[in-house]
Amino acid sequence: MWSFNHIANSIHVWLNANFNPTWTLIFEMVIAGVAVIGLFAGLGLVLVIMERKVAAWIQIRLGPNRVGPKGLLQSLADTLKLLVKEGLTPNGADKFLFNLAPFIAMIVAMLLMAPIAFAKDFQLWDLNIGVLYISAISSIMVISILMAGWASNNKYSLMGAMRSGAQIVSYELSAGLSVLAIVVLTGSMSINDIIYSQADGWWIFKGHIPVIIAFVVFIIAVTAETNRAPFDLAEAESELTAGFHTEYSGMKFALFFLAEYINVFIVCALGATLFLGGWMPFHIGNWEGFNHVMDYIPSSIWFFGKTFFMIFLIMWFRWTFPRLRIDQLLNLEWKYLLPISMFNLLLVTLIAIMKWHF
Amino acid sequence: MIEEIGTTPEGELIINVGPQHPSTHGVLHLVITLSGETIRKVEPHLGYIHRSIEKMCESLTYRQFIYVTSRMDYLSAHINNHACALVVEKGLQIEVPARAQVIRVLMDELTRVASHELWWGSMAMDLGAFTPFFHAFRERESINEIMEETCGARLTMNYMVPGGVVQDIHPNFQKKVKAFLQLYKLKIHEYDELVTGNIIFQNRMKGVGIIKPEDALSYGVTGPAARGSGLSCDVRKIYPYEIYDKLDFEEVLETAGDSFARYMVRIREMQQSIRIIEQLIDNIPEGDFQAKTKAVLKLPKGDYYTRVETARGELGVYIVSEGGTTPYRIKFRSPGFSNLSILDHIARGSKLGDLVAMMGTLDLVIPDIDR
Repeated sequence: MWSFNHIANSIHVWLNANFNPTWTLIFEMVIAGVAVIGLFAGLGLVLVIMERKVAAWIQIRLGPNRVGPKGLLQSLADTLKLLVKEGLTPNGADKFLFNLAPFIAMIVAMLLMAPIAFAKDFQLWDLNIGVLYISAISSIMVISILMAGWASNNKYSLMGAMRSGAQIVSYELSAGLSVLAIVVLTGSMSINDIIYSQADGWWIFKGHIPVIIAFVVFIIAVTAETNRAPFDLAEAESELTAGFHTEYSGMKFALFFLAEYINVFIVCALGATLFLGGWMPFHIGNWEGFNHVMDYIPSSIWFFGKTFFMIFLIMWFRWTFPRLRIDQLLNLEWKYLLPISMFNLLLVTLIAIMKWHF
Repeated sequence: MIEEIGTTPEGELIINVGPQHPSTHGVLHLVITLSGETIRKVEPHLGYIHRSIEKMCESLTYRQFIYVTSRMDYLSAHINNHACALVVEKGLQIEVPARAQVIRVLMDELTRVASHELWWGSMAMDLGAFTPFFHAFRERESINEIMEETCGARLTMNYMVPGGVVQDIHPNFQKKVKAFLQLYKLKIHEYDELVTGNIIFQNRMKGVGIIKPEDALSYGVTGPAARGSGLSCDVRKIYPYEIYDKLDFEEVLETAGDSFARYMVRIREMQQSIRIIEQLIDNIPEGDFQAKTKAVLKLPKGDYYTRVETARGELGVYIVSEGGTTPYRIKFRSPGFSNLSILDHIARGSKLGDLVAMMGTLDLVIPDIDR
């Protein structure tokens, strides 16, 4: 089977054979950059059209159905529109920060893709602290939102940014603690190790009720971290018009928009990796025959199936629930989720020490 | 007002909500003073959609001025027309035929349901849930189709005229209304499942924006907003017009006075309207749909006042006549204006997100406030 390493190696060998080492390095950088940007844009387009179709399905309407077959090219047309639109910088805005903020959002989303394992042996960077890396990088996102809100010279933006700051800083804790539950069970922070530890069953089945609690807390926390409804207080259309990106237009807005969707993808991929086995097929203990049959389904289908299932869940939330109020949002985190996930982490540690998991 | 925009000496933030804002549902302009997320003051600025309807009515005859009033509270155009028709009939002492009376009440109640449907959808949208809006519009659409067939219009119907209604009901009317009643009963449980029972929704609504009954009285709040505080003010019960005194329906009252109580009043009021429609739809008497009136109407010298219950509260029409073909002076007492006036009182000290919920439960229609 062709794997990521195999492809990368053959490109490397071919380039080395034809060019000198400096040009090889430059070409490799360019190829990697184009691949990441392509993945970024492609995923963004797919997720946007998916969101619109899911919303339409929930809201008993058709959704986009004019551009391309069944409206599938709609988001491409929208992107084109945003590309040619004028990117305004409002009077009185801090021009440097205002223009920098969307790029930080995009860079964060791109960096987050590095340790995600898209299929068996298909991972850009298997670093040994992959989970920690994702937690660390994803918290930089809040800086770009604060920057955008502050630099816009708009009170709505400022309020959206302040809300977002309070929200993301709070919910990082629960998300981190529920991720730690799996790290404790696996004994490793590497994404690859975590996936291989689920070869005899996914953690959500192996880890008893505490892992299920961690999974639920994780979903709630990442929904809040990515500023999605019912926790979309940073945007809060009916209160703050568009929150932190009120003043953005054209491609600068599109970058925020895409970054939001990529972040949703990343957190869902992380959830799928930690709790649902990533690309690992559905295995049950040592049922060799059954496991072997499951292995016939390609690992990329397992990964994307699980990830898109979680994305669908998060979209379902968005189109069902009303928004929380800011004090209720912080109460939920500090009074309920944080104590629950702390206590839950103790239980998981107990399970890990006593080897009670399957 | 320029010096007001910015911050107060105490460092509180002054924000303009509107005139173009997603949750003001029109061109309402609120200048709110915020301390963090907490609201210190709300100051409504009106006039962005003032079309001087009252002044225009003075140069229109008693048949013509009714058409302008459809544009006041466009969500209950029938009921506005009804109020104006009633005041002219009162002045000229026209006996409205029984058939016309029943048709008018049926149309009023259908309008009330349609208006509350739209309110329900936009209320949920104010709180950040988009889906209920589409569910509400599904049911509202079938009411609009009924209106379209009988009145020829979907929003500004201009169906009620002095003496009765413009034309007889469409042959399909009864069939379609019954189909709507069935559809409504089939779907009403979705409203509770999607919104009313939702824990986030209840937490957002309960205990915020409390209107005390005495405040409601002193600010002149009427309609569902006042009935949520336990203040009995249904014009259909207290000063019955047409055939409302012969009908079997309840005045919906809640006692809590918070946003959730106002929400529940409207939800239950829809069911009462459905009850009225059910009683009347099979009992439309035969006869004329319009009384014989003179070609040119001239109200005798004097002043006349009638009131009706619109979907938002009490609509009063006051006409001063000098005996000519046009009113000398006309004044509308619109429910939205008085309901808006209490917003500052109830919003102080609550969070910004709650302001949107309160505006939603007051069910403001801006052209009704500005006229």
